[in-house]
Amino acid sequence: MQTQLSINGESHELEADSRTTLLDALRNHLGLTGSKKGCDHGQCGACTVLINGRRINSCLTLACMHDGDDITTIEGIGSPGALSPLQDAFVRHDGYQCGYCTPGQICSATAMLQEVQAGWPSHVSTSLEDDVSLSNEEIGERMAGNLCRCAAYPNIVAAIREVAGAGEDA
Amino acid sequence: MRPFEYTRATTTRDATRAGTDGATIIAGGTNLLDLMKLEVMAPERLIDINRLGLNAIEESGDGGLRIGALVPNSDLAADRRVRKDWPVLSRALLAGASGQLRNKATTGGNLCQRTRCYYFYDTDMPCNKREPGSGCQARGGFNRIHAILGTSEQCIATHPSDMAVALRALDAMVEIENAEGERRSIPIAEFYRLPHGTPHLDNELHPGDLITAVTLPAPAGGAQIYRKVRDRASYAFALVSVAAIVTMEGDRIASASLAFGGLAHMPWRDDEMEAVLVGATPSDDLFDRAADVLLKDAQGYGHNDFKIPLTRRTLKAVLRDACNVGEPA
Repeated sequence: MQTQLSINGESHELEADSRTTLLDALRNHLGLTGSKKGCDHGQCGACTVLINGRRINSCLTLACMHDGDDITTIEGIGSPGALSPLQDAFVRHDGYQCGYCTPGQICSATAMLQEVQAGWPSHVSTSLEDDVSLSNEEIGERMAGNLCRCAAYPNIVAAIREVAGAGEDA
Repeated sequence: MRPFEYTRATTTRDATRAGTDGATIIAGGTNLLDLMKLEVMAPERLIDINRLGLNAIEESGDGGLRIGALVPNSDLAADRRVRKDWPVLSRALLAGASGQLRNKATTGGNLCQRTRCYYFYDTDMPCNKREPGSGCQARGGFNRIHAILGTSEQCIATHPSDMAVALRALDAMVEIENAEGERRSIPIAEFYRLPHGTPHLDNELHPGDLITAVTLPAPAGGAQIYRKVRDRASYAFALVSVAAIVTMEGDRIASASLAFGGLAHMPWRDDEMEAVLVGATPSDDLFDRAADVLLKDAQGYGHNDFKIPLTRRTLKAVLRDACNVGEPA
């Protein structure tokens, strides 16, 4: 199948079997190996990318379903010389150990902060209608789709808190 | 994954006709692709409906809301009107899955998700839902997550949706278009099936049927609560969940609409139990009597026996909150 994908602002023509997930297309066909395959079943979040600005599990969608879509992967979030604020904060807060889940964590957190900006409540929000205040509990709930087997969670939360400008948790 | 032919629908008629010819509809795909990787489902043809529109949330003339079948779960949960007037639906959606999955999962797809029974997922095991007539290993096996109400000899699976439980309490309608282009609306109460002797049929959709929307009646008001009890605090399916909409008149319960997840092959609701509550003054004794009615035919299968007392406790906790009465000393 022929699919046109816009990835990190660059247009790619993909010729692949219809079974190819977006994750496999990125990693195996297009050489973008920043997105990781953890569970391949949408449970771990290592494959998180942004489609038209929204975070999704790239392992649970077919590349051919995204003809014409704008995709942002970790390679498009920042680069070694120009880290995004979240990438920089993850480095300074040591928000990882082995690093395998980190691209997914950062893509997920990037979109999660936009969801907060848009006023989306979460399962732990006391009110559905008030503005969201990003407590540690809120960050934990909103990042529940990203697992870290090294359990670097406290530092991941600290990095996200800093970028969100949420200060120290009470 | 087995090979399949992929086509994209540009009209609802494309989708319904392909469905009549044996194609499987794919929307968000978060459950279907998972099942296809495991070869629990192996469709030969996929028809992609993501470009059909069907993604608007519109106010209907009667004060209700019409939710397009392709509205993502996250958009529905965050919709200002839903948060204000149908909060039990927002709460149920936010209690399910993860941020990534809610962005992809759709309203129609959420209704159609399959059970998470371990034996349904394991193609080396018999399963009457996956392969009719092959048997059920869950009855005598590991059945911690399984049903206690409405089960059959053939199947004790539960329906996994949180959203559908809230929709059941809200008396939502499911709007369906068939290959002849005819539209029908069926109450969510009649959308799902109990397993009986046909556990491979989850619902009343026929080949060629396409869910086009879900409609909500005008806001019911009252206290709206969704409480979900699960093995971890987030990102897990319900062991027991309760969607409650309760209105009071003075110190008496004027109306009570209660739906339960994790208990049965469908979101469960019990008119007889609600009748016990309506007109009565809230108390723990009353809530216990309601639980007695709800659970009179409940049956555990070993590992899931705990769901019977857990359902009673969860129901009582929700009713105390909804009626604003404290726990007795």
